[in-house]
Amino acid sequence: MISISGLRKSYGDLEAVRGLDLEVRRGEIFGFLGPNGAGKTTTVEILEGYRSRSAGEVTVLGLDPARATRAWRERVGIVLQQSKMHPELSVTEALQMFAGYYREPRPVGDVISLVGLDQKASTRVGKLSGGQQRRLDVGLALVGDPELLFLDEPTTGFDPSARRHAWEVISNLRDLGKTIFLTTHYMEEAQSLADRAAIIVHGTIVAQGSPDELSRSSGTGTEIRFRLPAGVSAADLPADARSGASDGFVTIQTGDPVRLLNALTGWALQRGVELPGLEVGHPSLEDVYLELTSEAEE
Amino acid sequence: MSAAALVWHQFRYDQKTFWRNPASVFFTVMFPVMFLLIFELVFGNDNLSGLHVNTSTYYVPAIITFAVVSATFQNLAMSVTIDRENGLLKRTRGTPLPPWVFIAGRVGNSIVVAMIMLALVGVLGRLAYGVEIPWDRLPAVLVTLALGAATFSCLGLALTAAIPSQSAAAPITNLAIFPLYFLSGVFIPESEVPSGVIHFSEAFPVRHFFQAFFHAWDPNTAGAGFEWGHLAIVAAWGLAGLLIAARTFRWAPQSS
Repeated sequence: MISISGLRKSYGDLEAVRGLDLEVRRGEIFGFLGPNGAGKTTTVEILEGYRSRSAGEVTVLGLDPARATRAWRERVGIVLQQSKMHPELSVTEALQMFAGYYREPRPVGDVISLVGLDQKASTRVGKLSGGQQRRLDVGLALVGDPELLFLDEPTTGFDPSARRHAWEVISNLRDLGKTIFLTTHYMEEAQSLADRAAIIVHGTIVAQGSPDELSRSSGTGTEIRFRLPAGVSAADLPADARSGASDGFVTIQTGDPVRLLNALTGWALQRGVELPGLEVGHPSLEDVYLELTSEAEE
Repeated sequence: MSAAALVWHQFRYDQKTFWRNPASVFFTVMFPVMFLLIFELVFGNDNLSGLHVNTSTYYVPAIITFAVVSATFQNLAMSVTIDRENGLLKRTRGTPLPPWVFIAGRVGNSIVVAMIMLALVGVLGRLAYGVEIPWDRLPAVLVTLALGAATFSCLGLALTAAIPSQSAAAPITNLAIFPLYFLSGVFIPESEVPSGVIHFSEAFPVRHFFQAFFHAWDPNTAGAGFEWGHLAIVAAWGLAGLLIAARTFRWAPQSS
């Protein structure tokens, strides 16, 4: 669907994108992560055909987006980071206007249901909440029934329930067989939606793979967490666990979780204490992201 | 869809957004009507020295001139800039809609609003102030209006490139055009404006469009009413505007 090799983009002396390689396969949700100013939007806008590139090869749906044709635009849906529809039109009218631009649009009523705006179909755009306007943006990108959808930070500024709702909409799109290129700086978003993800820092990809692979790829191994039991000080803990105690919490990263857990539970049974809030897990994508982006900062 | 059907589609939605926007209806439709009523009230029905018409007759074509420039130049410069800064132009550019269709819908909307203003002010002038509608010079009236509307549409689109942000749209547009209404004899009868000032205003298109339109509307005009000299100058301005717009027009927001 998308294939990028050696992509570069400079603005004067500033190199925003420095040699990017990426493949996005048909039918997947691809998460494109990175801090602000990492080159995310520049890259997406090159893929969407809005920006020219300084060097490298880019193919999107079999075509160089710098030479986008009308037929190519029929197959691509775009949700920009910021765009406002005419506040004077209703949701239905706004979608009908965009539907008229495409040869074979998806029925407007279907699109309204897909983005969960049935109750707001005849409401003027100007009277929608921020989250509803953003869902309308997604609807406007879907009305042409595209194969490939670009979503640039689709939930920035949402409250948690609006974000959950938007995620449902996006995962429904996966069920329709759409390929989605999702730009975000919310790790949770990528973790719950993306089949594969890439992390970009300072214009280069620093990690790539499924969210699980990315989590495992970090060198930190398994993480064991619990609260320090009442009446117990850090010095009373088994030797392997002492260094992880701070502020009443114990967090230990280990390459050998079975042995450490055995030591901890044995110690707790012997002393007759609980290990309150005990959790065993992998570092989240967020931890990996923070680790990778801070390494790149240094 | 054929290109013509696509332009019609875009035009219909531009009409909806225009008539539902209180600011555009007020400034484009109500403002000229209000100015006509006020000028007629204040300046009475006196004969103007050096001109062969009274103020009533003078102000009907003058206010139509103002309304046409307002519906095209001011309306486009402001609404297109605001849509650009809202990301709507960039968003539209990402669809299969050919860019020229988008522009054609907008310009078509402006020209239709200009035509409606011609009818509205013409009928009001006839009913309230007894100013004859020049039925026998209608071809000249319509050709002059169409050429003026097209020219001021091009100039409005050209101006958008000079407007850096949404909040700058109204001040820059009004600063560019309002002095010309006063200097060109549109708001103040030209017999009351120093001849040096009128001469200066001839360097700009408002004066030439006004003269061509006034001549076509003036009941004392003999013949068909075409002012080819003025029309040629108006057309030249329109062509210049078109070339500038084609080179400088931006689809992406300029401030962020």
